[in-house]
Amino acid sequence: MSNLARYREKKRALRAHMWKEMKKHRTLYLFLLPFALVFGMFVLAPVAISIFFSFTYFNVLESPRFIGFQNYLNLFLSDDVFLIALRNTLILAVVTGPVGYICAFLFAWFINELPRYIRAFVTLVFYAPTIAGAAFMVWAIIFTGDEMGYANAILIRLGIIQEPRLWLTNPDYMMPVIIIVVLWMSLGAGFLAFIAGLSTIDESLYEAGLMDGVKNRWQELWFITLPNMQGMLMFGAVMAIMASFAVGQVTQDLAGFPSTEYAVHTIVNHLVDYGAIRFEMGYASAIATILFLTMIYTKILVGKFISRIGR
Amino acid sequence: MGIREAKTRRRSNRAVRRPNRSPGGDVFIVIILACFGAFFAFPLVFAINHAFKPLDELFIFPPRLFVINPTMNNLQDLFILMSRSWVTFTRYVFNTVFITAAGTLGHLIIASMGAYAVSKYVFPGSKLFFNIVITTLMFTGFVTAIPNFLILARLSWIDTYLSVIIPSFAFPLGFFLMKQFIDTVPQSLVESAKIDGATEWSIYSRIVMPLVKPAWLTCMIFSVQALWNNPQQNLIYTEQLKPLPFALQQIVGSPHTPNVARMGVGAAVALVMMVVPITLFIIAQSNILHTMANSGIKE
Repeated sequence: MSNLARYREKKRALRAHMWKEMKKHRTLYLFLLPFALVFGMFVLAPVAISIFFSFTYFNVLESPRFIGFQNYLNLFLSDDVFLIALRNTLILAVVTGPVGYICAFLFAWFINELPRYIRAFVTLVFYAPTIAGAAFMVWAIIFTGDEMGYANAILIRLGIIQEPRLWLTNPDYMMPVIIIVVLWMSLGAGFLAFIAGLSTIDESLYEAGLMDGVKNRWQELWFITLPNMQGMLMFGAVMAIMASFAVGQVTQDLAGFPSTEYAVHTIVNHLVDYGAIRFEMGYASAIATILFLTMIYTKILVGKFISRIGR
Repeated sequence: MGIREAKTRRRSNRAVRRPNRSPGGDVFIVIILACFGAFFAFPLVFAINHAFKPLDELFIFPPRLFVINPTMNNLQDLFILMSRSWVTFTRYVFNTVFITAAGTLGHLIIASMGAYAVSKYVFPGSKLFFNIVITTLMFTGFVTAIPNFLILARLSWIDTYLSVIIPSFAFPLGFFLMKQFIDTVPQSLVESAKIDGATEWSIYSRIVMPLVKPAWLTCMIFSVQALWNNPQQNLIYTEQLKPLPFALQQIVGSPHTPNVARMGVGAAVALVMMVVPITLFIIAQSNILHTMANSGIKE
């Protein structure tokens, strides 16, 4: 038998085996079917449609017209606002992503060292902003630009500033304010995963570590806790990437849309601008495609980094 | 699961301090947590106080954090305003409850069925499907909003309950957590039931589901929270069909043209919007943490 024939034979056998497996498990496909259907329709199909439309000119009224990479070329070569948005998004992601992630872990770890009876309460205090939804609008009152704003009133009384600052309309202050608010509200599901994960690490591992001469809690963290939490760390990272790249609602509601000199204009804001206001769906789809490619790439990078922890 | 519970119990009964803990470190931890705790709690404390301030305190200078003469006026005004609205208050409540209940129930049933299949068996495509779900945990509503709208428009579901309910079935985080939790049910339990002649459906509904109650509760809470603040609600524009959170936010006005005359009512709305998800979390906290303990992603 020639190599090719053998290869074909193998392939056929493999396919036959797979078919048999699929037939054997046909009830399981029925179990998965309902979820797979809605998931495909409202999560996967939109992504595919987005990628498809990103190569077209589409204004909803006329049928889409194929224009190749023109949308992408326009974005990077002739859309200054997009480049500003890209820069702002990257600044926000690079600052709030890692800082928020590390804070979430450290807070969770510190909380885990507390006596059990107050753990639940402290967890609630830290996690409440994440679930409180539109509660971030409170920051709009705190950072009001006149002397009625709490931040201004406190700082004036302390003598740190002489006159009220326009926290949300002066480009010098907008980015730091938004970063504070995003950090405040996005400890996220990762934080809960850390809290939960820390309390399930086998106690005997710590006892063994003690025998082996682990001197303080920081060594314990590095040699025992972290390597045993890689799964949680990955989950937290996925959540952090989501929270830090998708900043848009906050900037829109706090700093306005568009914000002064586009100082906190993010990719999501740009996407909403072209998708929901100008109805240039092809262009908006290209923006969306760039956003989720960036997110997937970041996830892969972070995954590589996390798999090296504690080795 | 029995083993896991035993472990947590042993851990919780731990009375002895590990000898490698320095008192200085303990103090450091408490100080850090107190400072940041204040930062995280401050806006919430502010929102609660704001809702009970009488009119003269809302506009006082210099602004104060704590209320001096607490009043129920703001909440009463909100109640009066809602009871006089063109669409009755009860209708808004009904819309919210209906959308949330239908969305959550549907999500729970189909996600747990799918999660059971993927968790307990390996069949062609099962691994791939789960990896895709993990990747989509990152995608937020903004990224998929435009095609989502086009699909819903094609189905002519825009401006109906369906436009919010059906897409919420596909909440990837719920599926993910459910699958991770079902992983902790021993495989031997499923196999022995099979030997006794149980069908796939009865293993799922009579054996596995009762064992993963914390996961149910967690998915329920997350799903309700997601629906409470769902931007998808914009797709419903008939006033009679709008859910309560949306109606409440209409009272306050947009962030940039705040309705000064309704400052107090606005503060009351902010409080109501916050209290509902936080209360749900408090009720289910221990179950949620139990579920999240299995949320690790294995590479």
